[in-house]
Amino acid sequence: MLESLADILGAVTDFGARVDALFLVMLAASLILVAALVALVVGFCVRYRRGRGDHAGPRLDHRLEYGWSLALLAVFLGFFAWGAWVYVDQQRVPDGTLQIRAVAKQWMWKFHHPGGQREINHLHVPAGRPVEIVLASEDVIHSFYVPAFRLKQDAVPGRYTRTWFEADAPGVHRLFCAEYCGTQHSRMRGTVTVLSPDEYAQWLAERTPDEGLAEAGARLYSALGCSGCHEPGSQVHAPGLRDLYGRPVALASGETVIADEAYLRDAILLPEKHVVAGFDPVMPSFSTQIEEADLMRLIAWLRAESRAGGNDGRP
Amino acid sequence: MADRDTLPRPNYLLDGGTTLKRWLLTTDHKRVAWLYMVSITFFFLLGSAAALLMRLELLTPEGDLLTAEMYNRMFSLHGIIMVWFFLVPAIPATLGNFLIPLMIGAKDLAFPRLNLLSWYIYAFGAAFTVWATVAGGVDTGWTFYTPLSSMFANGNVSAAILGVFIVGFSSILTGINFIVTVHRMRAPGMTWFRLPLFVWANYATAIIMVLATPVLAITLLLVFVERAFGIGIFDPALGGDPLLFQHLFWFYSHPAVYIMILPGMGVVSELVACFARKRVFGYGLMAGSILAIAFLGFLVWGHHMFVSGQAAYAGLMFGLLSFLVAVPSAIKVFNWTATLFRGSIVLETGMLYALGFIGLFTIGGLTGLMLASMAIDVHVHDTYFVVAHFHYIMVGGMVMAYLGGLHFWWPKLTGRLYNEFWGRFSAVAIFVGFNLTFFPQFIMGYQGMPRRYHSYTPEYEPWHVLSSAGAVLLAIGYFLPLLNLGWSMLRGRAAGDNPWGATGLEWRTTSPPPPHNFRNPPVVQREAYDYGSDDAPVPDREMPR
Repeated sequence: MLESLADILGAVTDFGARVDALFLVMLAASLILVAALVALVVGFCVRYRRGRGDHAGPRLDHRLEYGWSLALLAVFLGFFAWGAWVYVDQQRVPDGTLQIRAVAKQWMWKFHHPGGQREINHLHVPAGRPVEIVLASEDVIHSFYVPAFRLKQDAVPGRYTRTWFEADAPGVHRLFCAEYCGTQHSRMRGTVTVLSPDEYAQWLAERTPDEGLAEAGARLYSALGCSGCHEPGSQVHAPGLRDLYGRPVALASGETVIADEAYLRDAILLPEKHVVAGFDPVMPSFSTQIEEADLMRLIAWLRAESRAGGNDGRP
Repeated sequence: MADRDTLPRPNYLLDGGTTLKRWLLTTDHKRVAWLYMVSITFFFLLGSAAALLMRLELLTPEGDLLTAEMYNRMFSLHGIIMVWFFLVPAIPATLGNFLIPLMIGAKDLAFPRLNLLSWYIYAFGAAFTVWATVAGGVDTGWTFYTPLSSMFANGNVSAAILGVFIVGFSSILTGINFIVTVHRMRAPGMTWFRLPLFVWANYATAIIMVLATPVLAITLLLVFVERAFGIGIFDPALGGDPLLFQHLFWFYSHPAVYIMILPGMGVVSELVACFARKRVFGYGLMAGSILAIAFLGFLVWGHHMFVSGQAAYAGLMFGLLSFLVAVPSAIKVFNWTATLFRGSIVLETGMLYALGFIGLFTIGGLTGLMLASMAIDVHVHDTYFVVAHFHYIMVGGMVMAYLGGLHFWWPKLTGRLYNEFWGRFSAVAIFVGFNLTFFPQFIMGYQGMPRRYHSYTPEYEPWHVLSSAGAVLLAIGYFLPLLNLGWSMLRGRAAGDNPWGATGLEWRTTSPPPPHNFRNPPVVQREAYDYGSDDAPVPDREMPR
C-alpha cells in the first residue's frame, strides 16, 4: 500500500520541506556544538589529568562566560524566529481551500467531503490544491497526524480546530492518531491518499451520494425544526440565518462576535452563551438531540447559503 | 566483616538504635534519607520492570505479548511511578536530605519530625497509588489528560489520582523544610555565596516544590470531582474545557521537570569541582542560573500545547520563553567544561557519571530547543522524538547525576568504599545502554512514530529492536551499582573521613557522621570549592593511575 519507506522519510508538502530545512540546520548546529564540547572535555581530561602537573597558568577570564551566554542567546533567538515564522505561516489557512470535515471518535476517523462523500480512516485528497481539515471530536482528544506532511493538529471535543496542507504529488501516506485516546489508540490509524486532480474528480464522481453535505444540512434545518423559528416570516422572533456565516453579530451583552463555526456551534448547543442583541433567549439547547456529524452538516449548509448570497464566508 | 569495627564511633548507623522500630521512628535526617533511598530504589525497580515489559512488547510491530489495555496500563504505571515516586524525590529526599544539614554545618533539618512525616506521607501515598494501579488498572498515562481521564477511562483512576495528590504533600513539606533550613540553620560564616551549588540547587528545587505542587493537587482534585460527581470542569459535554486541564497540569508539570533536573545539576557541580580540584568556574553565575531556571521554568508550560488548539500568539510567547530558559542551562554546561580547564583531573566513578550527565543533558537540551522551535514541534510532538528528549534529561541527566552522587557520597553515607573498577564499569555500561535505548527513538520519532502505541506500522521495527536491545543492556547496567554498593556495605574497606580530598563541611566530620553530624560546631572561613589554597584537603587514598 505504501510505495516505499522513502515515502515516509521525505516531506511532500511545502510546510514539511520548511520543517525539514529548519530541523537539519538545527541538527548541524547541535552536532558542531556537541563535537566541540566533547573535544574540549576529552582534551582537558587527557591534558590536565592528575599527576601530570600541567595545571599551572592563568585562569580563564570571567568575561568569557558573559560572551558565550550572549552569543548563545543571539543564536537561540535566531532559531526561535525561524521556527515561529514557519509555524505562523502554517497557522494561516489560505483562501480557496477544499474543506474536508473530520470527526474523530474512539477509535476511528470519519471524513466528510463537501459533496457528501464519506470515508473512514482512509482519506482521499487532490494534489496541488490546499486542503483544509476541520476537526471535531465526539469524545476525547485525538490528534490528526500525517508524518509525510510534518503536520499534526489535535481534535478537541467541544470545539473545532483546523489545519491545512497542499500535497505536491500523488502518493499514499500514513495517518496516525497522535494524542493518546484510550485502549485502541494505536489502532486509530489509516492513510491519506493524494490523487491527481483528475483522479480525485473521478473518485468523487464514483461515490456521489444522494445528497451533499450542505443539502443534508438543509434537510436537517427543516427536520430539526430550525426553520420553524429562523425562517423569515416565522411566528417566533428569531434571527435569520441564511446570510449569517462570517458576519459580525451584535450580542445582547454589548459584544460583537464573528459568526464563525465556533460561534454557530455554541449557538446550537449552548444558546444561552451568546444571546443576539434584540432577541429574547428562547432558543432551546440541541446538545442532546444533535450529533457531531449533523452539526457539521448544518454548519456546512449555513456556510453554503451565505456564499450563495454573495458572502464569501470570511470576515 | 573484618572492617566493621574500624568505623568511627559514635556514628548514626550504629548509635541511636539498630532495631527496625528505631529506624522507622527516627528523626535523624541521615536515617530519613535512607528510608527514602530504600523506597525510591524499590519504585525505580518497579517502574523499570514496567518499561522492560513495554520494550519487549515493542520488539515486534504487532501487539502480541501484552493486550492493548495491559500495555496502556504499563506505560501509565511506568510514568506515574518514575515521575512522582522516583524522579521528584530522587535527589532532594535522599542526598539532599542527608547532605544539606551537613553541608551548611547544621545538626539536622529545621523540622526533623516533619521530615519523617514527609516520608510517611510519601510511602503511604505511593503504596496506595501502586496498589490502585496494579489492582484496578489505570490506563490514562501519567498525564491524566481530560476528558479521557475524567469521563472515559475505566479502572482505578480516581484512586490513583488521590494517591498522587497525597504524595504531593510530601513534596511540599520537604520543600518547606529545606527552605527554612537553608535560611535559618547555616553555620557561622556560611554566607549565601559560600553555599555549595548543591545546596543552591536544592533550595531552588524546594521553592518550585512549594509553589507548583499545590497547583497539581488542585488540578487532580478537580479531575476527581468531575469523575466522582459529574461536575463539569474539563469535559465539554458537561460544559467544561479540556484545554484548561492541560494548562493547569503543565503549570505544575513543567516546573516539575526542573524539580527533577536542578538537583542533578547541583550534584554534578560538586563532582566536577572535586575531581578536577578546581573551584567551579563562574560560581556566581552558576547559582544565578539555577534561580533563573527555577523562575523561567514557571513561564514555559504552553510549549506542551503547540498543536492543542492554543492561540498562535500564546504559542509564540511560550516558544520564546522556552528558548530563554535554555540560556542558563547552556551556561551551566559551558561552565562545567571550563571548570576542567587547568584542573587536576581524575576519572573516578563519580566523575565518569558527571561527564556522562554533561553529555546526555546537552543532547537532551539541544533536542529540547528543536521542540521549542514551534514548526518542528508540529511534526514531532507526541512522537518518540519527545520520548527520547525527556529521557535524555530525566534518565540521562537525573539518574546519571543521582548515581554519580550516590557513589561520590557513599563513603560518607556508609563509611565504606565500593569497588572502583566495577563502579567505573557500571558508569560506562549505563552510558552505552542508555544511548542504545534512546538514540534510536530520536530517529524513529522524526520519522513519525507516535508515542503510546501498543502496535505500530512495520517500517519502525528496526529502530524498536535496537531500542529494546539497549533497554536490556541498560537494565543490566542498573544492577551493577546495586550489587557493587550492596557488596561494599558488607565487605568494603573503611573509607576514612575524606577519601576524595573534597572541600565542603560534610567531609570535615567522620564517615559515617555521628548522630548530630559534627563533634564541634563548624565555623566557615572559606569560599566553597577552595581547592586552590595550599591547605585544601588532599585525597587520603591512593589515586589509581
